[in-house]
Amino acid sequence: MPVFDLSQTPLRELNSALHKLGQGANDTAFEVINPRGSHSVAVGIDSPVTVEVKGSVGYYCAGMNDGGTVTVYGSAGPGVAENMMSGTVVIEGDASQYAGATGRGGLLVIKGNAASRCGISMKGIDIVVHGSIGHMSAFMGQSGHLVVCGDAGEALGDSLYEAKLFVRGTVKSLGADCIEKQMKPKHLAKLAELLQQAGINDVKPEEFKRYGSARKLYNFNIDNADAY
Amino acid sequence: MCGIVGLFLKDKTLEPQLGTLLSDMLIIMTDRGPDSAGIAIYGGTVAGKAKVTIQSAEPAVDFAGLEADLGKVGISASAIVKSTHAVVEIDASRLADIRAIFADIRPNVRIMGSGESVEIFKETGLPKDVVARFDLRSMSGSHGIGHTRMATESAVTTLGAHPFSTGADQCLVHNGSLSNHNNLRRELIRDGMTFETQNDSEVAAAYLTAEMAKGKDLGQALTSALDDLDGFFTFVVGTKSGFGVVRDPIACKPAVMAETDQYVAFGSEYRALVNLPGIETARVWEPEPATVYFWDHEKAA
Repeated sequence: MPVFDLSQTPLRELNSALHKLGQGANDTAFEVINPRGSHSVAVGIDSPVTVEVKGSVGYYCAGMNDGGTVTVYGSAGPGVAENMMSGTVVIEGDASQYAGATGRGGLLVIKGNAASRCGISMKGIDIVVHGSIGHMSAFMGQSGHLVVCGDAGEALGDSLYEAKLFVRGTVKSLGADCIEKQMKPKHLAKLAELLQQAGINDVKPEEFKRYGSARKLYNFNIDNADAY
Repeated sequence: MCGIVGLFLKDKTLEPQLGTLLSDMLIIMTDRGPDSAGIAIYGGTVAGKAKVTIQSAEPAVDFAGLEADLGKVGISASAIVKSTHAVVEIDASRLADIRAIFADIRPNVRIMGSGESVEIFKETGLPKDVVARFDLRSMSGSHGIGHTRMATESAVTTLGAHPFSTGADQCLVHNGSLSNHNNLRRELIRDGMTFETQNDSEVAAAYLTAEMAKGKDLGQALTSALDDLDGFFTFVVGTKSGFGVVRDPIACKPAVMAETDQYVAFGSEYRALVNLPGIETARVWEPEPATVYFWDHEKAA
């Protein structure tokens, strides 16, 4: 297993090695030690590689991940798994602001808390947070699922499109055009699947409330035609 | 951008290392702010004495014969020159009129800060060069704050660097930009505050000084700031015995804190904290938006 000690090795060597892996490569389990808050650890992965990061990372860890499995045994700075395409990113600690921003696919699991703007402009990513999330989360979320086992901060789902939000605890306030919606069997089934994928066994889907778009903000209303 | 660091020691045995620890934290934050850097260190007090940190563009001229010239106007002083700055120790009773005296005998020096405990050093240039120029590593103290600047709101000059000090033993570093600083500056000038620069962060410092002059403690002054300051900010503030942190409600300027039995530390990023002793087992968290955090040596004691 290749081991990269970021206190000795430049970050670019790690990321180049990850990018160079060809089809059918065998050595696909990487370990990163002493990340010491480095930025851009394991960004741009485009093959089914496994990366275990032993420590806390800075900005944009696992950004643009496409097919890799990245686990951070520590906390992550702003923009973890930003614009993920596919694969899995697991943060054992907390995540700073805009975790999973603009993500198009894959699964982001945060075992601690996430700060503000979690899942901002999400476009298909699934995000499961064991703890709580900060304000303005899922702002303009277009598709995908955000599952929060704890509480949500102010203005959840502001200007929401079709991302589906599930919160188990309290929501400090809902953003513009975000409303609580009925939990249907298909939602409970999806929630059970996401909880299981995120390794959460002690929480039932029935304990969550579902939030989504009222669809008044992003749909053209003919009564407003004179305003344009 | 801009980088902020702060360290408030609970364990007195770490005090001789304060300068070294803060210097390392500051240098790691170089890529957040390579324009200028500054540090304020609270180095302890001597009964009846006060310190004034002054700066000159021509230290060879302005600092020559300074002690003698102060003596001629009745101020017994001892000055320690460090590059472009000098720390002048005087009787605490003369602190009130020292600004006017410097304006008279050394019109070209600028006062960086004054008080019983604080010393402030700031200059343009890379943080590592600023640290070396003032030999910041050798300094000891109970708490200190530092800043690396990427200028947005005013020119890259010594006076535009942080920390800003607008009251005795008070100082502030800021990451962000204020949008109502011109109006607030006018109001504060009307209330008798004076300003050295057009910088928005100096207004925040002066605002807190004015609020504390009304009898508020640091925590209460920071709470008022949330109502009265408009814009983006993460502030770290020092007083003679206290250390405070506040972020605006939007909280897009980054902040990480760590606490152990030995210290409370602040960094714009976790990277700034990685060399601190015991960081592996410290409680590390991101300060909440619109929430005031402060610690005080005197209140803790």
